[in-house]
Amino acid sequence: MFEELTGRMEGIVRNLRGQGKLTEKNIDESLRQVRRALLEADVNFKVARTFIDTVKVKALGQGVLRNLSPGQQMVGIVHQELISLMGEEAVEVAIAESPPTIVMLAGLQGSGKTTATGKLAHHFLGAGHRPILAAADVYRPAAVKQLQVLGEQLEVPVVALGDSRSPLAICKVAVDRAGREDRDVVILDTAGRLHVDEEMMEELRGIRGAVHPHEILLVVDGMTGQDAVNVAEAFDQDLDIDGCILTKMDGDARGGAALSIRQITRKPIKFVGVGEKLDALEVFHPERMASRILGMGDVVSLVERAQAAIDVEEARKLETKLRKQTFDLEDFRSQLQQLGKMGSMQELVEMMPGVNKKALKGMDMDERALVRMDAILSSMTRHERARPVVINGSRRRRIARGSGTSVQEVNQLLKQYNMMQKMMKQLNRPGALEQLGQKMLPFR
Amino acid sequence: MLGVVRRLRDGLAKTRDGFARRIQQAVGRYDRIDEDLLEEIESILLQTDVGVETTLRIIDGLRDRAVDRRTRNPDDLMDLLREEMADILGDAPAPASDQRPRVIMIVGVNGSGKTTTAGKMAARYAGEGKKVLIAAADTFRAAAIDQLEVWARRAEADFIRHQHGSDPSAVVYDAMQAATARDADVVIIDTAGRLHTRDNLMEELKKIKRTTGKQMDGAPHEVLLVLDGTTGQNALSQARVFSEALGGLTGIALTKLDGTARGGIVFAIGVHLGIPVRFIGVGEGIEDLQEFDAPAFVDALFN
Repeated sequence: MFEELTGRMEGIVRNLRGQGKLTEKNIDESLRQVRRALLEADVNFKVARTFIDTVKVKALGQGVLRNLSPGQQMVGIVHQELISLMGEEAVEVAIAESPPTIVMLAGLQGSGKTTATGKLAHHFLGAGHRPILAAADVYRPAAVKQLQVLGEQLEVPVVALGDSRSPLAICKVAVDRAGREDRDVVILDTAGRLHVDEEMMEELRGIRGAVHPHEILLVVDGMTGQDAVNVAEAFDQDLDIDGCILTKMDGDARGGAALSIRQITRKPIKFVGVGEKLDALEVFHPERMASRILGMGDVVSLVERAQAAIDVEEARKLETKLRKQTFDLEDFRSQLQQLGKMGSMQELVEMMPGVNKKALKGMDMDERALVRMDAILSSMTRHERARPVVINGSRRRRIARGSGTSVQEVNQLLKQYNMMQKMMKQLNRPGALEQLGQKMLPFR
Repeated sequence: MLGVVRRLRDGLAKTRDGFARRIQQAVGRYDRIDEDLLEEIESILLQTDVGVETTLRIIDGLRDRAVDRRTRNPDDLMDLLREEMADILGDAPAPASDQRPRVIMIVGVNGSGKTTTAGKMAARYAGEGKKVLIAAADTFRAAAIDQLEVWARRAEADFIRHQHGSDPSAVVYDAMQAATARDADVVIIDTAGRLHTRDNLMEELKKIKRTTGKQMDGAPHEVLLVLDGTTGQNALSQARVFSEALGGLTGIALTKLDGTARGGIVFAIGVHLGIPVRFIGVGEGIEDLQEFDAPAFVDALFN
């Protein structure tokens, strides 16, 4: 996400390296680059101009700071401005005091409303809520069916009354049912149109007037160009939206819409869609996003994912084992399984600070590797997992056959296990952890 | 023919209001062509998703043309700009092939309008009296198959489907077999939306293409990338990556054009990749998919 922008920013830092201080000339030159980067990232033309003006005033106003290079200074200013442009803090969906909390999604066709409805339901389920969904997009062929399928996957009820009932009626029924069936969150998937038109707004206003949603979220395709602000403005004027969900943000070179919409409507981006699966919805963190733009990585998101996926009890047990050096293949397997729960390798690597996104492009992350490793481990006997030393040549051949892999792959896995053991031994030395921690800090 | 032109003009009305009107207003404020006026035009182009590089190129071309014609009269500027922009788009005849069936593969990112485009194309060919067969190779998105089936019924086209979640290449294999057996004229393959950055999904797409090629030499005859007309600069990246993965795209179908005050990305794609626009979608109706005609498109922008 934002990769091109990140690349440009890194270039600016490189160019300014070796220069003594910020001058009007090198500021102008850098800002031309920034402006171009913003436009190529689809930041709205006017928003980009305002942004550049602000940064310039700030940069000129800063004296020579002794401890900082001009490159660092410039990035600092741009970083700070990006954060203030995108809103200082993450804003979550407010839960109503008396349930159910009603969330209405609106947006143009193909922006990803129905998928976002499913993802949002998943998000609320994860937070311990009991959502119910309303399939009020009765116009697009099979939209209702699509939401029903998602509802089945999530085991969440979906109100679908067929094409003959009005969207308004469907939403009302959903709210009624929420009260009767003890559902505390109602998510309304409304119909989109190709473009902003009166008929759609009329329908949406009607729904809003009848069920009084606590939260109206606009779903916007993250790849939208200069038109994004017009769309957001139109919806905001008619419906007074509470925020946005930016979808399809897991691809490349985009995100300008995030900056523009926020700047023009002053409404926060609340979530970003980062994949096709139902769990691929993240709370939007302006601070982190600004860091990501500037190539500082996203350690916080990484840690949060790890926390969500890893069972604390399990982790504690593992730690004891590591300390006592009784870490066997059984433990190795459960560790791998937890790693698998954190998301795809690609995503995880991209969040690491200092990882060059350009170099990653085209590199094929072997997402199946974990599955194969699991197969290998499952093809071992319990005895073999507990005492890996007994795994000799003939056992290796059997394991390879049993798991549908090759002896080389089995060897590879055993090698990885040995390396890990060695690493653990080193970590047990006093002071080792502190050292490791320092190595992982970005931008020092 | 007149009806087609009118529909195109109506469909593009929004784009035109955004674009031509603003150019005209800018032109009206100047009594001669100078750098300030060119800069205003530059900013209008940038706000139409034409992109930085392409905009600069158009502005340079405009400057050259003005010098060539020895004119500094702002009233001439509209004509010069129209010429410049029409030149960029060029002409794009459909790839010729007299093979039967003609196999058309439809690809693109999520939500760009592939399924709808597949449906409209089917209706178009069926309307010309051709026997059309549609392959539902989007087995991933929930209910995509049902959505396409609705379109197939409307177009009275044959429909080949498997279960949700099944192997798309298997669907395509069956569709190719059926097309031969039933003597179809056109096979339209609707594939699942995928972000071009997902390498494994791009592999799946290559496999679908190979499957058609194995069944019939020369297939697919067309690989169409469906692009959402409101997409910004990322459209370039989409076009580039899909093209690289599939050994070239024969054309682009630009959708949702009636919805946007933009569409300028067409010019960026013309300049950077030379991939022609073949169809544009200017409305929600089944007949609102039109063959792209560059001069008519540019004229509709200006008139």
